[in-house]
Amino acid sequence: MTATEVERDEEPKVTVSVTIDGTTVEAKPGELLIKVAQENGVYIPRFCWHERMKPVGMCRMCLVEVDGIRGLPPACTMPVADGMVCHTETPAVKQAQDDVLEFLLVNHPLDCPVCDRGGECPLQDTTLAFGPGESRFVEEKRHFEKPIPISDVVLLDRERCIQCARCTRFADEIAGDPLISFVDRGDRTQVLNHPDHPFASYFSGNVVQICPVGALTAKPYRFRARPWDLATVETSCSQCAMHCRGALQSSSNRMVRLLAVDSDAVNHGWLCDKGRYGFEYVHSDERVREPEVDGVAVSWPQALDVASEALRSARDLHGAESIAFLGGARGTNEDAYAWVRLAKGVLGTDNVDSQLGDGLPAELVLGVERASISDCDSAAAIVLLAPDLKEALPVLHLRVRRAAIELNVPLIDLSSVPHGLSRNVTHALAPKPGEQGKRAEQLVAALQGDAQNDNVDPVLRAAVEAISGRDGDIVVILGRANLAERADATIQAAAALAGLANVKFLSALRRGNVHGALEAGLAPGILPGRVTIEHRDAVEQVWGAVPETPGLDAEGILRAAVAGSVKTLVLLGADPVGDFPDRALALAAINAVGTVIAVDGFRNNSTARANVLLPATMFGEKSGTVTNLEGRIQRVNQKVSPDGTAMDDWRIAGEIAFRLGDDFDLESVDEVTDELVRVSPALRGGSSKLFGTARDGIRIPVYEHAHELVLRDGAKGVLEGDGVSWEPIKVQAEVSPQAEVSPQVDASADVPPTSLDVPVLLTWNRNAPNVQLPGADAYSVRLVSGAALYDHGNAVNASPSLAGLRAVPKLLVSAADLQRLGVTNGTEVHVASAKGAFNVAVHAVRGIAQGVAQLAMGDEHGANELIDAASLATDVRVETIR
Amino acid sequence: MFTDANKRRAVEIVAQYPNAHSAILPLAHLAQDQDGWLSLEAMDEIAEYCETTGADVQGVCSFYTMYKRRPCGKLVVSVCTNVTCLVVGGPEVLEHLEHKYASDDEVFIEEVECLAACGNAPSMQVNYDYHEHLTARRAEEIVDDYKTGRRTPRGVSGGIRE
Amino acid sequence: MSKEVRETRIVSRRVREFPDDSHTMSRVLADGGYEMWKEVLRRADTQWIHDEVKASGLRGRGGANFPTAIKWESLPDNGLPRHLVINADEGEPSTFKDRLLLEGDPHALVEGVCIEAFRIGSHRAFIYMRGEFALGADRVTQAIVEARANGFVGSNILGSGFDLEIVVHRGAGAYICGEESALIESLEGKRGMPRIKPPLPIHVGLYSQPTVVNNVETVCTITHILKMGGAEYAKLGVNRSTGTRLAAISGHVKKPGVYELEFGMTLREIIFGIAGGIRDDKQLKFFLPGGASFQWLTSSDEHLDQVYDIDDISAKLGTTLGSGAIMVYDEDTDPLLVAWRLAKFYAHESCGKCTPCREGSGWLEKILYRMSHGEGRPNDMDALLDISAGISPDVLKAPFTQTTICPLGPSPVSAVASLQKWFRPEVEAACGVGVLT
Repeated sequence: MTATEVERDEEPKVTVSVTIDGTTVEAKPGELLIKVAQENGVYIPRFCWHERMKPVGMCRMCLVEVDGIRGLPPACTMPVADGMVCHTETPAVKQAQDDVLEFLLVNHPLDCPVCDRGGECPLQDTTLAFGPGESRFVEEKRHFEKPIPISDVVLLDRERCIQCARCTRFADEIAGDPLISFVDRGDRTQVLNHPDHPFASYFSGNVVQICPVGALTAKPYRFRARPWDLATVETSCSQCAMHCRGALQSSSNRMVRLLAVDSDAVNHGWLCDKGRYGFEYVHSDERVREPEVDGVAVSWPQALDVASEALRSARDLHGAESIAFLGGARGTNEDAYAWVRLAKGVLGTDNVDSQLGDGLPAELVLGVERASISDCDSAAAIVLLAPDLKEALPVLHLRVRRAAIELNVPLIDLSSVPHGLSRNVTHALAPKPGEQGKRAEQLVAALQGDAQNDNVDPVLRAAVEAISGRDGDIVVILGRANLAERADATIQAAAALAGLANVKFLSALRRGNVHGALEAGLAPGILPGRVTIEHRDAVEQVWGAVPETPGLDAEGILRAAVAGSVKTLVLLGADPVGDFPDRALALAAINAVGTVIAVDGFRNNSTARANVLLPATMFGEKSGTVTNLEGRIQRVNQKVSPDGTAMDDWRIAGEIAFRLGDDFDLESVDEVTDELVRVSPALRGGSSKLFGTARDGIRIPVYEHAHELVLRDGAKGVLEGDGVSWEPIKVQAEVSPQAEVSPQVDASADVPPTSLDVPVLLTWNRNAPNVQLPGADAYSVRLVSGAALYDHGNAVNASPSLAGLRAVPKLLVSAADLQRLGVTNGTEVHVASAKGAFNVAVHAVRGIAQGVAQLAMGDEHGANELIDAASLATDVRVETIR
Repeated sequence: MFTDANKRRAVEIVAQYPNAHSAILPLAHLAQDQDGWLSLEAMDEIAEYCETTGADVQGVCSFYTMYKRRPCGKLVVSVCTNVTCLVVGGPEVLEHLEHKYASDDEVFIEEVECLAACGNAPSMQVNYDYHEHLTARRAEEIVDDYKTGRRTPRGVSGGIRE
Repeated sequence: MSKEVRETRIVSRRVREFPDDSHTMSRVLADGGYEMWKEVLRRADTQWIHDEVKASGLRGRGGANFPTAIKWESLPDNGLPRHLVINADEGEPSTFKDRLLLEGDPHALVEGVCIEAFRIGSHRAFIYMRGEFALGADRVTQAIVEARANGFVGSNILGSGFDLEIVVHRGAGAYICGEESALIESLEGKRGMPRIKPPLPIHVGLYSQPTVVNNVETVCTITHILKMGGAEYAKLGVNRSTGTRLAAISGHVKKPGVYELEFGMTLREIIFGIAGGIRDDKQLKFFLPGGASFQWLTSSDEHLDQVYDIDDISAKLGTTLGSGAIMVYDEDTDPLLVAWRLAKFYAHESCGKCTPCREGSGWLEKILYRMSHGEGRPNDMDALLDISAGISPDVLKAPFTQTTICPLGPSPVSAVASLQKWFRPEVEAACGVGVLT
């Protein structure tokens, strides 16, 4: 029995008995009646109530009768109490349902034949199921101009709106972007944005999904399909490392819609707009459809021959270390594994890195005590040692925001500049850029008893007071808050925090499947299954050989390329020129190497130099597993056949290996998964079958999380034809998933064993640099930089719905610095560092310290043109343009 | 934009409340008295003081009928036609004034709900100062008094002009 | 008429005695104003205040009639700051009694607020003033300034160690903000939409903290209760309707206005005695005894002989005394027109939160408009009743049931019910029932 199970058993059983339509059920006290009824098979109709938002009791559709209560209370605001007796089907309730529906249709245009919601419309469905069947309303209906855009992707038809406030509540409560609101009142109430400010929320698409009528429609989906034309698979969005669950829908081999699936563990039913609409790039005309050699389209066998021959000769002539692999964070675990086996097992090079200079050492990411996303909900405190989560990992941002606002978890901030959660921070430690290590050490000292000391900073003391007495772990969200500095200060902070008892880390590395890539060994010194190359036994049995010494990371590879020791570069969906924080270095490296082999779906600044370009499948075109930032393995599923002749990465790697004389003998993606499991100590107990049937996936190490496993109900797990998108889409669980837990170590078992010899996994040795920053030049500002959500990657550039939203370069400074420059907001200024110079608009923002400036990464006038990867900090001169 | 004096006043108003959001209504009155209406720009400025968004301020202010979201001249004449005024001549006063000032940009005639002046109905307000025991002719004289300066109006949100 | 028909002036005494300067500090001080506040601070005994008010039987004068002392007793002791909020958002059609006090005797309000704030331990009181009451806001604001200058409000009041700030918060034109949870929303800078109850404002109110919301007249009465003694106050009135209340009488009466009436008179005494009867010597047709939201009464003896008693009128005639407004209509009045105008009011003032009120009130208004403007159809009255049932399932029954959060929803239904009860034949005649079309 694990510790968790023991605790669970000891919890006193506190439930209340509620009788619903004659059946008595047990429920948690305080749970809302509408939810208790639903969980016990009684569906009470509703429009405004949404499980993930606070009840408002507006639509009055869920009126019920409760013994002892006068009138008809709404079930959505009625907490259950012991002995409560409720009736949902009495004549009075039926009459009320009839009446409410008739009222709702009074001002509704009934334009169902031309409405996107037609066929999956809750108002339509509910009217059929519960309604009066006819309307006696003969007066003039309310009229509005229809539809009007409220943002670049969302259209609003106010005539169809039934004023349930789901959208406005979502914007305010969940997203924290109150940019739409009810305007006017009574039956003239309408939803509107401020005419000067569109509903420019990263989460705007959610309001379309949860709208119970066709009032909110998505421009990308408008008039594209009817629900009955759609085929659906469940999948994981892999735009960022969060891996929100989604229902991917296609019509005529085109993906047309991604709906959020409600996973309690991961996304609570939400998606960001980049995830929701960003699949469009897959169908872009810009896709690479055929293999190319030196810019000329060739057949796959030809291209693979050329690539294999280039790699063979590089190895034979210059040694395996002359070959380096960059990227691999955008594919599946299986893709990553196949590339690792090719690089490390077949070619023998350890110069492999899936992070492109915006990450942290793999030993740190994999080797610290890991938190789950849900741990945020019950944390003693959340420490933000991370980039702006709203930009990097939007749905994690929602989760942390909820923890802070709804669950009152203290939020301790180690950021140097304002960010999406600044307003929710309870304790801002406000380090100067590069001093987060020092500040974290002070926090740790205060937590370890130094807080009594009178000299302790009151902010630290307040933080310690807020944490003390709270149960749960301190969850550190760990990532790179500033790409304009080396990772050293972040590592220093992590080392300090890792010294605390009860601390767990939640990685904030953002790249799609970067965690899957790291777990598969796509990093220097690392092998599949969370071990270092010293623990090679499991791998060697399958692969034969493994490199002896750790290779280079991304920066090292680029430097080696410039220096001439790396001569062949394999780019796995990577664009170092566009993506590496130090563009000058990346460009020099790309230009210096002899051979570039690129595996990608698109051309970019780096593939422009490719000798061989191999078209790879992308999201929706392939199946497999992915691993999110909490180490949760989930399925991605193919929905459409690939564009052109694109192949899955794992097949490409296998073909190259075969040509190099090493037959992987892997025929299906499941076989790859099972081999990955076989060689991965941390995956022991898993299997392709298990990953396919685990409703919420399973976290790594697999054997440690068997007790969390929930198996999907085979029948209801499939979302095919299930058009209900406005309610949280839940994948049903099998009734008794725990019953068959097997104690044997068996990779092909349905469920992982709960006990076995625990393998020794990587632990981070906490070696902490002590960062000594160079003094700041009085005439310069110190740069803080990160990636914007709507960056310049393919998901944005090649997705028509998002392309217009690309972040415009803006230099953000303090009002004092703006005044010092003597310019007004929005004026162009000249910025210059040792690496580059350009003109960019400057804006003053609140909360930024004097002497600090913020500029995002970008393909033009981004911080990456100014950053020197070798420097501890990037200082830039800002001057007015004469 | 608030004048400097009103900026100081705005800060004082916000300070009266434990939560800045509470100041939306008084600041909207202040802006409307200053500008003669409640513009989108004013709502954005109020949002800054009240730590929210312009959309939120717009949503809040649009709920309340006193806020005019388009310019309405210098005089807001509010004529009651509710159930007491209804039976003693309120609608006639309204009709007369509407007709009389139909093309006068300075005067905004509106029908309003009960003004709590039913003891002396029919009644109206001009920039929220009461005028009771009206007839159509008497109402017109009063409005003209304001137009010609014989009476000094409050601001259009009922505050006293500086 | 059995009883002597005249006013009993307690809260309205000063404003009636000194109509020219009752609002000024000099008059108020000369008249003994703030003496009770000083006495309260001297005694520093909240229990005494509580006991007197409880003994007085004072019930809220805003219309809900909840006993004031019982409300205080419900205050949770949870360490959170407590707020006192005065509901000065008088906006129900034909209700104009609080305006008299706000404009005429603002110091009485300030003194009452001080005493009640002391009783409940609140250090910040808000007076939510109807936005259109510009003069009222001026007068109350000025009164607070003067009270501060005299040391009656502010910090360490008269050396007692008690602090109190009073903020006048103007509304901006929304009847619904007279509903206490909507008022609190509005005070928080939000759209005035009523909150789900429970929790009640007394537990979770302004800024989610315990909040007492009281009507202007209620607060002003507290001072007088302490002066007279609760038991003495309770001798006035009848049954559980103790003391006096301000009644605003309007419509076709000879002497409309605000009168302070001891409970226990008959409605006949009020309409024909106090208000002088129907003007132009016409006949009474119908009247609304408790504001616009409740059922109407007619000129029958049963109705006119009804005693002005909160509970009795409700038990016997299914209507209430509500906000203290009495609207009187003569024989020439078209009840359909009054019903339509009330429905128009409620449709205009519906906050839009609950579907039945938002859509139903507008629908009722549209039908009643047709009916009252010569375009009625034979089945209109039945449609009205059906639609009304969707808002207030037992249309004719009082107190009404409701499918909405707050009582604004069923308010126009009272007018429909009244048409059905008293004027069905007249309405049918107007809608062409029995006439071939």
